Amino acid sequence: MKAVFKQTQGMLPVSTSYCPGCTHGVAHRIIMETLDEMGLLGKAIGVAPIGCSVVAHQFMNVDMCESAHGRAPAVATAIRRVHPDRIVYTYQGDGDLASIGMAEIVHAAARGEKFSTFFINNGIYGMTGGQMAPTTLIGQRATTCVDGRTREQAGMPLKICELLATLDGPAYIERVALNSPAHIRKAKKAVRRAFEIQQEGKGFTFVELLSTCPTNWGLTPPKAMEWLEENMIPYYPLGVFREPEVK
Amino acid sequence: MSEKVLMKGNEAFAEAVIRGGVRFYFGYPITPQSEIPEFMSRELPKWGGKFLQAESELGAINMAYGCGAAGGNGFISSSSPGIALMQEGMSFLCSAEVPVVLLNASRGGPGIGSIQPGQADYNQVTRGGGNGDYKMPVFAPASIQEAIDILYDAPALADQWRNPVMVLVDGLMGQMMEPVLMPEPKKPLESADIPTVKPWAISGSEKGTRSVVKSLRLQPEVLEEHVEHLFEKYGRMEKELVRVETENVENAEVVFVAFGTMARLVKEAMEILESQGVKAGMIRPISLWPYPYEAFDKIGKNCKAVISAELSMGQMVQDVKLGVEGRWPVRLIHRVGGMLPTSLDIVEKTRKILEEVR
Ligand SMILES: Cc1ncc(C[n+]2csc(CCOP(=O)(O)OP(=O)(O)O)c2C)c(N)n1
Repeated sequence: MKAVFKQTQGMLPVSTSYCPGCTHGVAHRIIMETLDEMGLLGKAIGVAPIGCSVVAHQFMNVDMCESAHGRAPAVATAIRRVHPDRIVYTYQGDGDLASIGMAEIVHAAARGEKFSTFFINNGIYGMTGGQMAPTTLIGQRATTCVDGRTREQAGMPLKICELLATLDGPAYIERVALNSPAHIRKAKKAVRRAFEIQQEGKGFTFVELLSTCPTNWGLTPPKAMEWLEENMIPYYPLGVFREPEVK
Repeated sequence: MSEKVLMKGNEAFAEAVIRGGVRFYFGYPITPQSEIPEFMSRELPKWGGKFLQAESELGAINMAYGCGAAGGNGFISSSSPGIALMQEGMSFLCSAEVPVVLLNASRGGPGIGSIQPGQADYNQVTRGGGNGDYKMPVFAPASIQEAIDILYDAPALADQWRNPVMVLVDGLMGQMMEPVLMPEPKKPLESADIPTVKPWAISGSEKGTRSVVKSLRLQPEVLEEHVEHLFEKYGRMEKELVRVETENVENAEVVFVAFGTMARLVKEAMEILESQGVKAGMIRPISLWPYPYEAFDKIGKNCKAVISAELSMGQMVQDVKLGVEGRWPVRLIHRVGGMLPTSLDIVEKTRKILEEVR
């Protein structure tokens, strides 16, 4: 019989600890499937953040380390120098990357560090129980803004792809979403592109993946997918913000 | 072995650690150690190494973590406020058992303080300024040659114990020049050899095993077991890593305890006291952790007072009291803010203390 589906070697044969409907699992799978398809599992080194995905190394079947909250890009910067022939990536949430770790990501991007960052933007602090993130939308509720985020009180949400695209350092920046099969297929293409550009030694690659957090958004998983479509994509438009120069 | 050369402290520290096998340096400028990153940016590439100016000390310590986790021999240096900023990282490195060599050229504090020499980081470096139960060996040389010898051995020591190792100096030692002998360079660890030499390091799972370097242990019983494992290791360090120099403690009427720059000033004061007929001795801790408590057992019956001489409001004096165990009166001679006592100041204060305890 012909096999029509095989589980990727990139994911360890365990169930994840993520909540039902959370897209961390989807993000993990497309990254690991891509590494598997590219034959890079043995050469990849991943850096997990602090956040729900601090445990990513329990699921991703590659060499990995944890990193202090926000510092994954600094950690990856050094790993890449020790092992210039490896594929290095960081996997970071929006609190980790866009709040406490802003200096590290901006400087790694500006230096054009030759690793890839997968930025999971779920608009909230998942692990600590649903506090406001720098990416929480205006009007969106969180446990530290129960009536919804206001501009007066908390300022405006950060658009990280747009911000990093002001820098000359990055080679590739794209924003994708994980809320529908079509979007997930596109997201996987972006992940592959990021690894390919890294392999070619062209510099820093960044993929933002708009993600859901049904538990802390207070929505069912299907409703969370819709909420992402209706609220996040208009504010965080999908697309490519930087492509390597074709020579 | 080569000829003695005259070298400035900071440059000698940097060269010694390179000769000891370091090939990666990450740092953020801060006085009084900025010659170290400057030297590294010029010299490290010539040795096949890599230099990077980090965006902050937070960046630097976490780069050091990534470097060590990946199996590289890394070095970072800073001064007091920068070291303070690195403390979360140090706790993380100790917990994840990642080796790195650190140098603190300590200055006057608290806060941004001054750029002059200070020893008020003693508690920070020996008690662990970061969170949780952890320890790291801290060595406090009193001459540039001694610093060279310690820094030369430090990368291997950090690797052996899979733990950060700190060298504590101050701005004075970084700026002064002394004739020194540089040891022969060690063979550095090549990236290609990391999977076999350090199979625990993250270098890609094609080596045959999957490596994970981590700190989080959410289950209490698992974390407890890990901390007990760390302390079993620290217990062995306490037996093997104590370094101390003692002088005349058996017959001395007054025994000084001092490290680093302060030990040099005390040494001058001891000569003056001897010429005045006062028998003085010194315990000079070279390892501040583990602390040489046993050295105090050598103090003889003529001792009238043990004096902790420090450039702080009295931090090491707590360890001195632990070593003395109530056997002799303990006093403190100190200056702070970047001020240094002269040897005559020390003599005068010592004579007063001796009158008072008689
Ligand atoms: C220095 C430090 N500050 C705060 C925390 C607490 N903390 C843990 S995870 C987290 C936020 C995680 O949110 P995000 O990065 O959005 O990831 P998610 O959990 O949503 O995937 C915070 C604030 C910490 N671990 N360390």
